[in-house]
Amino acid sequence: MAEPGVERIAAAFAAARSQGRAALMPYLMGGFPDMATSAAVIDAYADAGADLIELGAPYSDPLADGPVIQAAATRALAAGTRLEGVLELCERVASRVPVLPMVYANVVLTLGAERFAAMLAGAGAAGAIIPDLPREEDPSVAGALLERGLAPIGFVTPTTSPGRLAAVAAAAVGFTYVVSLAGVTGERDELPPELAGIVAAVRAASEAPAAVGFGIGTPEQAARVGAVADGVIVGSRLVRAVADAGDPEAAADAVAAFLADARAGL
Amino acid sequence: MSAVDARFGPYGGRYVPEVLIAALDELTAAWEQARSDPVFEAELASLLRDFVGRPTPLYRADRLSERVGREVWLKREDLAHTGAHKINNAVGQTLLARRMGKRRIIAETGAGQHGVATATACALLGLECVVYMGTEDMRRQRPNVERMGLLGATVEPVEAGARTLKEAVSAAIRDWVASVADTHYVIGSAVGPAPYPALVRDLQRVIGDEAREQALAAAGRLPDRVIACVGGGSNAIGSFAPFVGDAGVELIGVEAAGEGLGSGRHGASLLAGRTGVLHGALSSVLADEDGQILEAHSISAGLDYPGVGPEHAMLRDSGRARYVAVGDREALLALRELSRLEGIVPALESAHAVAWLLGGGREPAGGIDLLTLSGRGDKDLEEALAGLRRLERDG
Ligand SMILES: Cc1ncc(COP(=O)(O)O)c(C=O)c1O
Repeated sequence: MAEPGVERIAAAFAAARSQGRAALMPYLMGGFPDMATSAAVIDAYADAGADLIELGAPYSDPLADGPVIQAAATRALAAGTRLEGVLELCERVASRVPVLPMVYANVVLTLGAERFAAMLAGAGAAGAIIPDLPREEDPSVAGALLERGLAPIGFVTPTTSPGRLAAVAAAAVGFTYVVSLAGVTGERDELPPELAGIVAAVRAASEAPAAVGFGIGTPEQAARVGAVADGVIVGSRLVRAVADAGDPEAAADAVAAFLADARAGL
Repeated sequence: MSAVDARFGPYGGRYVPEVLIAALDELTAAWEQARSDPVFEAELASLLRDFVGRPTPLYRADRLSERVGREVWLKREDLAHTGAHKINNAVGQTLLARRMGKRRIIAETGAGQHGVATATACALLGLECVVYMGTEDMRRQRPNVERMGLLGATVEPVEAGARTLKEAVSAAIRDWVASVADTHYVIGSAVGPAPYPALVRDLQRVIGDEAREQALAAAGRLPDRVIACVGGGSNAIGSFAPFVGDAGVELIGVEAAGEGLGSGRHGASLLAGRTGVLHGALSSVLADEDGQILEAHSISAGLDYPGVGPEHAMLRDSGRARYVAVGDREALLALRELSRLEGIVPALESAHAVAWLLGGGREPAGGIDLLTLSGRGDKDLEEALAGLRRLERDG
């Protein structure tokens, strides 16, 4: 992958913007319920016009995740999924779509910052999302990623103080992950009214785009969020679709149908 | 007053989702203020005295001393209200939560002692209380589940994983992620993201502060060794903290060896763990080579946890404290032994410390030991008697 991940992320957001819409970033749990299904799902994401892909690596104690993704992680681990396998999924589509592995801190730190960053770079990843590693706790991970042109993604949430929000946004590379609500991942009926204000504050403080995730489960919600943000991340809804499908083909059809609806509404 | 510790050597820190950072900042600031506020200090001291029943006695256990060939003093946390040291932390944190204007309290519990202590403190202060507990622990610590209900708390069963303490902590953290605005999470041991390990240690060091003074008064000198069981490490760090500067006092933490360190079924995070993150702190954890957290095992629910407080990891590395492990079988036998020698039925957790003393800890002969008896065994009767019957049947 000649072009650095950071630039591929920027290009993906720019391409969506040039079409007058927000970028769509579907999530999948790597290895759930098995590798064959995940391969079919990630191919379907690339085919159905995902602008970027968030690729979850299963973890035993996923504190940022609600019941749907937690159960998927447990199942993927029971099926023997390891980071190496997840990164093979990344490699499948990395030349077509920027892929950002989502990996919990203990997996990253167990490998060590350098080895982790090298593995991701080797698989063609564009960046990394580590939900429980605030930058200040271990700057070496962000450093190792940046050295290889990969974007370490920072988070802003409704509880983030204005000062911290400004700092995270100013330091953002790739994009800022705006968590829509105080809570874990999972579909919600309502998104908080203050979301637009948070996104606006992030955009004002940053060169990088702002993508919103957590709680977005319908094309209508995606459209509403897409009207105020640069990117829309859909997680649990798609994992649920995979869980409900009987086989890889059905899973691919289900996620493709959802993505088509969501894309049309953006 | 110095800042609240966030790191202990390389360990500790705040490895948490961003949504919790503001609450941890708020808690750090609140504790920094409260612990140097004479009004808060006086209120806590009066509750510890009149409600909890402190100071707890330091009792010279003569028959046990004779049995092990050393002079053994028991710090009687089993005599504290609700039957364990957990109440020291629960009363302190709920007082702090009320001061912060939080109306809802959540907690996790393994043995049920921390859940009962938190439910008790919430009843005292008129706060809403929700306690997360694994269903396996609900089974083996049933009397405590019933007590929590009686005290007006809601017990939320947790079905994930091995249905024990690790999953209960995770469930409590997930609740807190969504409820931080009006909710305080009373974590039950010296674990979790900063400032919790320091906060819990500060609230538990009353054990060691009292014991140090009591030992000087009663034995005329400092003990040669301070011994405590280690689950998450709160009774141990509370016992150790005042003695860390006393170079002549050896600090010994007793972990759960479960079915043996080689069996893979144990709770010895310090002796058999690797550096890693669990529940928001970098410490020594039971994990595989991929960084996936492993299930712990101990007959005692309070030691059945794959992590440990970060300050213990630092004390281990520096050599200032020594950690040993004792298995299920020895703990069961020690529970019976102490009952018959001293008329004290210890909690299965505390029985691990007693078991070490009855075994490898007899050496060298002579010398003075201070052993923290972290809790009483009422909650364990059914489980312990069944375990002892199993031992007899299997020879
Ligand atoms: C009586 C008793 N002792 C010890 C423990 C272990 O906790 P810690 O290591 O935090 O003292 C527990 C935990 O539930 C307990 O109930």
